[in-house]
Amino acid sequence: MNGPPPVAARGLVKRYGRIVAVNEVDLTVQPGDVFGYLGPNGAGKTTSLRMMLGLIRPTGGSVELFGRDPVKEGVRKALEGVAGFVEAPRFYPYLSGRKNLRLLADYDRPSSRSRIDEMLELVELRDRAGDKVGGYSHGMRQRLGIAASLLRQPRLLLLDEPTTGLDPAGMRDMRALVRRLAREGITVLLSSHLLGEVEELCNRVAIIRTGKIVYEGTLRDLLATAQTEYRLRATETERALMICSSQLGAEKVRVEGPELRFQADEQAAAAISISLGQNRIGITAFVPETASLEELFLGLTGGESGDKSAPREEVA
Amino acid sequence: MTAVYRWEVAKLLAQKRTYLGLVAAMLVPLIFVVVLQFQSGGPNDVPLGRYIRDTGLAVPFVALFFMSFWAFPLITSLVAGDVVASESHNGTLKTILTRSRERGQVFTGKVLAAFTYTVTVVVAMATVGLVAGGIAWGFNPLTSLSGTTVSAGHGLALLAASIAVYFLPLAGIASFALMLSTITRNSAASVVGALMWALFMQLLTVLPGVDSIRPYLLATQFEAWHGFLRVPADWDPVIRALWVCALYVGVPLAVAYVVFVRRDVTED
Repeated sequence: MNGPPPVAARGLVKRYGRIVAVNEVDLTVQPGDVFGYLGPNGAGKTTSLRMMLGLIRPTGGSVELFGRDPVKEGVRKALEGVAGFVEAPRFYPYLSGRKNLRLLADYDRPSSRSRIDEMLELVELRDRAGDKVGGYSHGMRQRLGIAASLLRQPRLLLLDEPTTGLDPAGMRDMRALVRRLAREGITVLLSSHLLGEVEELCNRVAIIRTGKIVYEGTLRDLLATAQTEYRLRATETERALMICSSQLGAEKVRVEGPELRFQADEQAAAAISISLGQNRIGITAFVPETASLEELFLGLTGGESGDKSAPREEVA
Repeated sequence: MTAVYRWEVAKLLAQKRTYLGLVAAMLVPLIFVVVLQFQSGGPNDVPLGRYIRDTGLAVPFVALFFMSFWAFPLITSLVAGDVVASESHNGTLKTILTRSRERGQVFTGKVLAAFTYTVTVVVAMATVGLVAGGIAWGFNPLTSLSGTTVSAGHGLALLAASIAVYFLPLAGIASFALMLSTITRNSAASVVGALMWALFMQLLTVLPGVDSIRPYLLATQFEAWHGFLRVPADWDPVIRALWVCALYVGVPLAVAYVVFVRRDVTED
């Protein structure tokens, strides 16, 4: 792919006194990615996004969007083709939804005004566009936030936990919208602590823990790092146990109740099934159990949740 | 820049506090005229006070004098102290600072909107004062502070010039309120802080032993318009107000600008 990547963070650091919120983060989002930025609450996701959007200055390192640094070049240049929001999108409560969008369009370029109706239609807010935002529900504000972002016709969309606080239907609609935008060619960086959401939407992920990236890559590669465990039920458990134990690539073979359990790669599992057949042992169940993203996530983040990982002191 | 300024004004127009100050500024001369209609005495000790029943033209001048103590400082602070802090309160700073405008442009738009409001309330007060005074006592020639008579038309021109120079110390108060608004991100603290500062400046002018610095105090500049009401015009207080107020405006605005441009937008 030509040109600089949509997001390239290198050695990104943010300190607040002795607190290190983001610690040497390296991150690359490629064009077309729906990139999941995963981490427990307080891990540094939002702080990273704020630095990307030029809202806070990094203490060290740099972040570039399409090769442009918001700190060095200013948001006007650096955020060209970039939109998004951090935490919940916020608007002027005493202005209507439409007026808020007009204001933001004028802050960009007046020609954006012509797209307001289209955007309101897209997020299904056209009927309430004349109402003051102060009377909007959380979900409506989230949708207005998406509309405000799309007004800029972005090539890169940075979304910070866009489904937080939405009801199940709202979450479904928001995810459908993200999928649709991704299909239209918009690169999306989606910060979330909802694993199911990331698994459903994202092709690549970075996992952040206490301000540091502990994994960056594709979901497939992440899931592949987990050893698959198989459950096997056979007509002759004792003989099956002998066959499994002697199979190269099969580990931790054991009997648990009426079934055998062992860890193996796909090749070893296939060899075992052939061997069982050749030895005329019937297979009644043969089930692979791959570690879920949640298990991998908990493993990488040390099982942190909530704010336990939030602001930490620098270990110097 | 124009778009930012226009929207800052539009935001002011959409908020109740804007009208609170505006209506208060318009009510003061109205109440003043109504009260004087039912009383025989008058504000004889204040500039042009003794001529107030001679012409409606004197009403805005007398109101300018009275409202410089706390009414205009309060009305100015009410909006200028809120103009940045309300963005923090609503969490909208992050919304506008991630669009295609640099922070300096946003800040400039806010300053200009706050100044526009300040001018508007003074002009609104003067207009209501003129109309109410004109209805009550006619639109007759004005007696200047030197005792000479000036035509009603000339009196109007003097009022316009007086409002222009009266705006300068008010801009100083607005700038101070803006600085507090930017630093504290708290609307109430900024409004109260700016009002306290304005009252402190008033207090300084009446303290003994401050004769040498009195001409350079902010509150003194509220009297600069008296220079226009003398024949011939006394330009010294006007010119001093220009450069003294430039300092009272420039320093807090420079501080506010640096804070606004460099600050980390975290919770707002």
